[in-house]
Amino acid sequence: MKDDLRRDPRKEWIARNRLHPDHQRVLAELGQLERGAASAEWLGPNGLTRRDPHAVGFIGPNGLKRIDRSGAQQAATASDTRQRGAAVDTRQSINIETPAFVVAVVPDMSGGRLSSQDRDVLGLARQLADADPARPGAVLAVLFGEHKEDSLGEAGIDRLLHLEGDEFAGYAPEARLAALMAVEREWAPRHWLLPDSALGGADLGRRLAARIGERPATGVWQLNVNESAATGNAGSSQGWQCLARGAAGTRDILRPLPRVVLALAECAEPVYETRHAARRVELSEALPETLGRITDMGAVAVDPAGVALAEAEFILSAGNGVKDWEGYHRAAEVLQATKGASRVAVDDGFMPRDRQVGATGTWVTARVYVAVGISGAIQHLQGIQNCDKVVAINFDGGCDMVKRADLAVLGDSSQILDALVALVERYRQQQQESRDAA
Amino acid sequence: MPHDANSQTSARAQPHGGGQPSVAVLISMGRHPLTGRARRADQDARAVEMALSLSDARPRLLHAGHFDQDSEAALRGYLGMGFDALELIEQESGADVIAALSDRLRETAPQLVLTGARAENGEGSGLLPYLLADALGWPIVTSLASIERIERGEATLLQALPRGQRRRLRVRLPAIVTVDSSAPAARQSAFGPARRGVFERVAHASVQDAAFAKWDVQPARKRPKRLKIVKATSARDRFKAAAAKAEGGGGQILADVTPEQGAEAIFKLLQEEGVLR
Repeated sequence: MKDDLRRDPRKEWIARNRLHPDHQRVLAELGQLERGAASAEWLGPNGLTRRDPHAVGFIGPNGLKRIDRSGAQQAATASDTRQRGAAVDTRQSINIETPAFVVAVVPDMSGGRLSSQDRDVLGLARQLADADPARPGAVLAVLFGEHKEDSLGEAGIDRLLHLEGDEFAGYAPEARLAALMAVEREWAPRHWLLPDSALGGADLGRRLAARIGERPATGVWQLNVNESAATGNAGSSQGWQCLARGAAGTRDILRPLPRVVLALAECAEPVYETRHAARRVELSEALPETLGRITDMGAVAVDPAGVALAEAEFILSAGNGVKDWEGYHRAAEVLQATKGASRVAVDDGFMPRDRQVGATGTWVTARVYVAVGISGAIQHLQGIQNCDKVVAINFDGGCDMVKRADLAVLGDSSQILDALVALVERYRQQQQESRDAA
Repeated sequence: MPHDANSQTSARAQPHGGGQPSVAVLISMGRHPLTGRARRADQDARAVEMALSLSDARPRLLHAGHFDQDSEAALRGYLGMGFDALELIEQESGADVIAALSDRLRETAPQLVLTGARAENGEGSGLLPYLLADALGWPIVTSLASIERIERGEATLLQALPRGQRRRLRVRLPAIVTVDSSAPAARQSAFGPARRGVFERVAHASVQDAAFAKWDVQPARKRPKRLKIVKATSARDRFKAAAAKAEGGGGQILADVTPEQGAEAIFKLLQEEGVLR
């Protein structure tokens, strides 16, 4: 109720009338006196908005009158109720108690977070679940292993099945498939949605489809309602059609939507207008022991210099601020990071041209990007748009790279790199010792 | 190493003999992405290359499908990689080849079956190796970078992960493995061996793929680019979204710290992200 604008025409009239004896009191009551100026905008007696152009703006530091059309200043001094209203999360909170059906999604969660493709697939799942408002379905997400995501409900998840355990760690398609089969038995989802991404959902989804004997749609990039078949019930799966890429991406296949769907990135808009419950559910029975015929023997050390810059996971990038190049190269070696460089470092001959990051070099997609002595020209910042975490080591705290960075350390880059190298070397040594002891 | 087609047939008769792992490669007809001409399928050719790189194995080629002038030209491309013969299960056009292949593989019982991840013609869903694995009850491993060794009924494989990473896996044989474009590129096809190679025909009844015939298949159209959705309530927000520089927003800034403290913070972040190996 507090957010409602209740008008008192008499008070408004007094507030406009500077000669009225109660003028100051009413102004104070309306909260306009604190601004030191009369309100620049009010509702007139006929319901029209009236503006006083002389009351707009404020006196700037130089004694000149400044007018900020952006509204930033106005917003800063606006009344409390307005401000609170803006800060409040306006997204509708949705809790589906008794879903009519279940749409199961198995996101990749690469690096423990929902990828953008995962979010798109969840958006697709919401389309399927919310097709019939009278009988909404629930989106069940099946997550394996630990994750770092704390806003799963905001991605459109109603039910969350979180399976943890050593058997799901690493490459364990057989154990994961067994878990999905348990989900299939318990909830019998109307649809299974997985991202069609290499080694994630693409592999698991095809295994699942082969096991439950469904012919999946792969490479789905569009979902639409089949008008000719949708006369009866738009929400039923008979009404859905999907457009899928086939024949190595050279054909579009229009087909009815099957139970198992492997969707490409950007297949649907991610959820952003609603918040969902993401209520945890558990399997009622314990998972059966699986006979593993595939053993994961762990990652193999890859020479980071051999990894293409565009697909490197961890980049240590150097710019004009680096003076100690020996130390930088040593740090890259110890951290096992791929080397990158800004344009200046390349132009000055410190780094080869194929290492240049930015609009004129390579657009990188690293998960962690460490920028050493890079001020952050706009071309460089464009090149690192798709990086998850950016760490800046810089002398100048006011540069654009520091603004972009998730973690900025201000100081002498060579000293910080040396300290980092010492830390990592100690860490490696400890790991080695514990491995030897085991 | 010239040897005629018969000697290969006899080698196939004892698949487990002599410690040589018997390897079969499933090949398909490819389609050039630009000209649309029939050719070796790229991923299948990589699978053949990987089979040839196994030192002590003698790989066989197996193809099931419709046979005409186009597919002959494409299949001869595989023969030109150094094969004398190719096993051909002739099927009608538009047939589902799963039954034919799984029956044939059950009969010949190879230790390792290599194939490309997906076909360049037809549905190209990449489901065939999974369906074969399910029908035969074998394990399947995808996206192979190389085969390190095969010994005592187990294969040690190197799997290609995104971002240039590799993972070592051990798989109980018999198994199906697929390769995609992260595997080493295929060798050239030589013209002479390609002409000389012969097709060994195996008969199998063909099953029509009824579902696929009903679907509407068109040339791929360009996918619409996703528009940047701006959820702005004011003109200022819209302008900022249109003209924005990349902004982190809420980044942590460590000023006036010793290098050790700064390095500690970076080290913690690197560890949280799991990039330190």
